[in-house]
Amino acid sequence: MPRQLLRDGRVVADDWTYFADAGNADTSEASAASGLILTFDQWLVDKPRWLAAAGRLGVVLSPAHKVEQLAPDLARFQLVGAEFSGPSEGRGYTQGRLLRERYGWNGELRATGYVRRDQLFFLARCGFNSFELPDSELEHAVSAFSTFSAEYQPSNDAGLAHKLRHRR
Amino acid sequence: MYRYDVMDKTLVNERVAQFRDQTRRFLNGELNDDEFRHLRLRNGLYIQRHAPMLRVAIPYGLLSSVQLRTLGGIARRYDRGYGHFTTRQNIQYNWPKLAEVPDILAELASVEMHAIQTSGNCIRNTTSDHLAGVTPNELEDPRPWCEIIRQWSTFHPEFTYLPRKFKIAVTGAPQDRAASLVHDVGVHIVRGPDGELGFEILAGGGLGRTPIIGQVVREFLPREHLLSYLEAVLRVYNLEGRRDNLTKARIKILVKSLGIEEFRRRVEAEWESIRGGALRVDEAEVARIRGFFGPPAYRKLADTDPAAGKDAAFRAWYRYNTVEHKVPGYRAVYVSLKKPDVAPGDATDAQMELIADLSDRYSFGEVRVTHTQNLLLADVEQDKAFELWQALVGAGLATPNIGTLTDMICCPGLDFCSLANAGSIDVAKLINDRFDDYDYLYDLGELDVKMSGCMNACGHHHVGNIGILGVDKGGEEWYQITIGGAAGADASLGSVIGPSVAKVDVPETIARLLAVYVEQRRVDERFIDTVRRLGVKPFKERVYAAPVAA
Repeated sequence: MPRQLLRDGRVVADDWTYFADAGNADTSEASAASGLILTFDQWLVDKPRWLAAAGRLGVVLSPAHKVEQLAPDLARFQLVGAEFSGPSEGRGYTQGRLLRERYGWNGELRATGYVRRDQLFFLARCGFNSFELPDSELEHAVSAFSTFSAEYQPSNDAGLAHKLRHRR
Repeated sequence: MYRYDVMDKTLVNERVAQFRDQTRRFLNGELNDDEFRHLRLRNGLYIQRHAPMLRVAIPYGLLSSVQLRTLGGIARRYDRGYGHFTTRQNIQYNWPKLAEVPDILAELASVEMHAIQTSGNCIRNTTSDHLAGVTPNELEDPRPWCEIIRQWSTFHPEFTYLPRKFKIAVTGAPQDRAASLVHDVGVHIVRGPDGELGFEILAGGGLGRTPIIGQVVREFLPREHLLSYLEAVLRVYNLEGRRDNLTKARIKILVKSLGIEEFRRRVEAEWESIRGGALRVDEAEVARIRGFFGPPAYRKLADTDPAAGKDAAFRAWYRYNTVEHKVPGYRAVYVSLKKPDVAPGDATDAQMELIADLSDRYSFGEVRVTHTQNLLLADVEQDKAFELWQALVGAGLATPNIGTLTDMICCPGLDFCSLANAGSIDVAKLINDRFDDYDYLYDLGELDVKMSGCMNACGHHHVGNIGILGVDKGGEEWYQITIGGAAGADASLGSVIGPSVAKVDVPETIARLLAVYVEQRRVDERFIDTVRRLGVKPFKERVYAAPVAA
């Protein structure tokens, strides 16, 4: 059964597969069928192969990766993710904003790793629109987007169901 | 002072609801200890030695009488009848019950207060000069800028999970009464090349295990760029600050390891990308916020000398516990929370309520918290000072020691804090017992003693003229003494005089340091200046020349 995740405010079945989970299957076929997510290191190691491969491709940045390193290749991807290694990891919030605001990323922006309902409001404001949550969190998570109904900062709200008021 | 609008109110109420739900999930077992820790810390709640500790934000130290009265009521109903004012102008409650914290927060919200971001790895309460708006030589009142920073930093989506805590202080006068040089970022209002007001931005100051004085990142920043520049600093820090080692995670370590030039280059490069964006501070918005901090309805008065003909006790209090005000006929009055037999910075419920009442009667219903852990009534008519003094004396709030040796900064220490190695409150008491002669204290003049119960330096010991640091030595409480630190515009870090001393020997050690000062000082020379002139050597020699008599 495919993983459930939260995307654009709704619980949906994940239509992507991680390369690491794809086993020995022909990766180009897997990619064509469901979309294949690479780590940034996997991408870097075999860039020519992936550039030549057919099908949808996603890439996940680890916290230490620089968005500007990925920026020239963004056009090859249909999904970009940022990984949160634990409850105190915060670099992904900046990665998200840079992707949206500086590098014009319009596709799916996914939060992976340690993602819980209490982070969703902030993640969404940094531009994330899909969230890999534990199953136990999924049903509660939708309401987390409306934890706060106002905001002090101008920011990217691609993931929020409604447009929030900006003060200045 | 700033008053909440519908949006501020809504946000704070929603935070209460959010935290109530998080607490419920923790008590139900849906969140484990570690998960809840990350959430509660962003709401000022620590689990301490005896009980949770709740830190409530007092933005830039400014309170209305209604708010202070509420803080007193909370101390009585949810705590043990007192609260502790901190060096970052906040208040801490040491004995709340976890299950009752959401109710406390709801009560705070009803008077426009909260505990948002008073702990955790996020942007903390922005602090400022407690004499803002009333001190004569100020370039501009810094509090509107503090409020603008408060709003920008509250629930900032990008900077809620920083490598470590982040503290900003803003000053608008040449004297630095906010310890801004030992903050992660210091913002100084300064004049630019054409005489216009803007900001000098410093970064990388801090105390703790590795004390460092902040360095200038930008000498002059036009005012409309304040938030975009802070955002650039924070963004560089969020991405580049170390997350592998808690003790190396503050921005001071990043600035130190990159060097100020490289740090500046990265910040400026980031800022170039965002400076034209939505964070530009609109002059109309600044004017709107500034409107909240306008001068109160001062009466037209002339300066008088209320001490003339009064008894010596009042004269001493007036001299030490009140300071010059920019408006003729007024004085700013310190309410000393440094009574010898009370933990520095503590106030009881009844004292808080009394001070609230006195502020209504004598100071336009506002009270300020100083970073030296006293309270201040900023706008008192000189002719009312005597009445006010009488009321304060009766409540144990008129100890005439502001700026003297016994006006110590002190952390809660081993008595309350789970991080501490050693007690600090009991050492403060020993020092008070030894130095109880006011003639001697006054003769010593301006003297900052600062004390911390551990490396984390909540008591700012590194920047005390005399600093006292509690250390654990084979399970016993010992104290390392530094001299030559200062927290103002001429900030410096103290030097260790030698091996640490036993708790009972701390007062004698200080007495020997002071003896050298009294012998060697020049006319009108402060302790700090004598130390700077002579160096540590003569002080060190005197302290360790003979063992302290038992």
